[in-house]
Amino acid sequence: MSDPGRWVARLLLLAGVLVLLALPLYVEEFWLRTGFACCGAIIGAIGLNLLVGTTGLLSLAHAFFLAVGAVTYVFVSGAPGGTATRVEGLELPPLLGMVLGVVVAGLAGLLFSPMAARLRGIYLGVASLGLVFIGQHLLNTMTAVTGGFNGRTAPKFSLFGFTFSDSDPNLFVLNVPFGEAERLWYLGIALALAAYLFARNLLNSRAGRALQSLRDSEVAAAVMGVNVQGYKARVFLVSSMYAGLAGVLYALSIGSVAPESFALDLSVLYLAMIVLGGLGSVGGAVLGAIFVSALPLVFQQYAGQLPFVSEPGQGGVNAGQAARLLFGLTIVLVMLFQPAGLAGFFRRKPRRPAAAGPAATAPPSTSVQGSTA
Amino acid sequence: MTQFLSLLLNGLSLGAIYALIALGFAVIFKASEVVSFMHGSLLLFGAYTIARVGSEIGFVWGVLVGVLATATIGLLVERVLINRLRGAAVISLAILTIGVDILLVTDLTRRIGSDILNVAHPWGGDVVRFGDVGITQNRLIAIGVAAVLIAAFFAVFKFSDWGVAMRAAAEDGETAALMGIRLGRVSALAWVVAGALAAVAGLFLVGAPTPGVQPGLQAVALRAFPAAILGGLDSTGGALVGGLIIGLAESFTAGYQDQLLFLGRGFGDVMPYVVMILVLLVRPSGLFGTKELTRV
Repeated sequence: MSDPGRWVARLLLLAGVLVLLALPLYVEEFWLRTGFACCGAIIGAIGLNLLVGTTGLLSLAHAFFLAVGAVTYVFVSGAPGGTATRVEGLELPPLLGMVLGVVVAGLAGLLFSPMAARLRGIYLGVASLGLVFIGQHLLNTMTAVTGGFNGRTAPKFSLFGFTFSDSDPNLFVLNVPFGEAERLWYLGIALALAAYLFARNLLNSRAGRALQSLRDSEVAAAVMGVNVQGYKARVFLVSSMYAGLAGVLYALSIGSVAPESFALDLSVLYLAMIVLGGLGSVGGAVLGAIFVSALPLVFQQYAGQLPFVSEPGQGGVNAGQAARLLFGLTIVLVMLFQPAGLAGFFRRKPRRPAAAGPAATAPPSTSVQGSTA
Repeated sequence: MTQFLSLLLNGLSLGAIYALIALGFAVIFKASEVVSFMHGSLLLFGAYTIARVGSEIGFVWGVLVGVLATATIGLLVERVLINRLRGAAVISLAILTIGVDILLVTDLTRRIGSDILNVAHPWGGDVVRFGDVGITQNRLIAIGVAAVLIAAFFAVFKFSDWGVAMRAAAEDGETAALMGIRLGRVSALAWVVAGALAAVAGLFLVGAPTPGVQPGLQAVALRAFPAAILGGLDSTGGALVGGLIIGLAESFTAGYQDQLLFLGRGFGDVMPYVVMILVLLVRPSGLFGTKELTRV
């Protein structure tokens, strides 16, 4: 197709990527660290969106799969030791840890997917809620792997001898020191871009259309020859692999893994991301993830300059709370006024056929509804 | 045996409180097809108001104001938000309630701060003994109040106009509306009832043996979720049975945790969810929920 709009979009994407690549030369470490956290959230949100937005399977278990990825990474690549509680570790290369984190999280999703065959809609959502609490319990009790209540530190990432930390090797680009934040930034951008492109291609493929038909009507999908249970299992696998990768990035971004990071709040945050962004839209998930994960960090950083935010301990609204309030309010307002989410602002309105009479514009669905009952 | 009886009694009382909350879930779901994720924060709001107002003008007034205020919040949410989105997807509505929940919890957590507010229950923390079996007075009264409230609820549900209207609306909303039933009013009343029930549950959940009003209360209230689901979300009787099952399961697991050490400490908190998943595997619409039929 030689659609000019397509080429403009591609050029814009390329320009955006170039700007992102040049950013570490100019901005402070805080923004790079925030960006890396956003990249992790983007990957997780795209994964959840495949499950909830595209296939219509409500899941609140995303925090659990993130935890599986993060814990697998710290266990496989971490060193045994620990001060208060003794932890074990396999000390394998971090790349292997990351890959295993993704794979194990995917397997966990695959194991849970038979639930989706039994349960529908909200029942599935609440059943997956159970997984989060079971995960919390495991994180707190399997101390040798997770470090228990206090968690354990995450090993630094490295790739074929190149470590993503402040030294080893010392690196300067155009006289700008490239430390941990700068290196992780590139890692995050690369992974997030790969995750984005994979999801885009998936949705445009046969599998993506099968998933969308599952959301619209399982019966219709089955009649068309879509293997309903097979696709449900596969989408759970892919979605939780995304979650696992997001978990690994989360561990790298925080520098440690603790049970309280993977509580129900996190699942709710991810759900909020994809709803704010727009259910079913990959780009929307990216926007939502950036908004939700950057908002509290930016508020925290600039708390002093914001007029209605007080210092901690002074009784007023502190930065974290202000961010949460703003974000609760945004969810409510978006659901009320723009149910299609942030992506809805960018979507062109469907053009009305100019020549067609009023009969063609009337919604044809009303006559069908009564006959199904 | 003593331990068994004591756990049974305490489990029943906990279950009665869960049943109150779960009943609220079920009523809301029946009337407005909303899965309310904000129930925990409603409960926290009720308990907070009872504690704050009660310490100013006395316990009885505190309870009255608290229950009314929580019911009003329910009403407001229904009128201002839910009512406008009638017919939206269940998941969108659920996420809307998550938004409200974040607002309420953040503000309440800020107000409570680090202090633990205590509700001055006139019955205090005394323990009643039947032979060797002990239970706090608070929990005993909870059983009584819950039994009265639930009985009253079922009577209203069966005999009053609102109850009939609600069952009709749940059965077939469109036909009910054509018969002159005002769906908006049915749904608004459901939210009021659910808010009031949540506040009463909050009143007992902050009494002995549990600590006073603290943000963690919300997580406790969340355990009524499995109760409502395993009973069947659209079944009020199921909410009652589910509440009792979850209360008993939690109480026994916590009580016998020394024998269950292989599951790890604190498994009682997780037990409700495990029970729920097991029940759902066998009966996907809960114990008493309407089975979803697919016709082609």
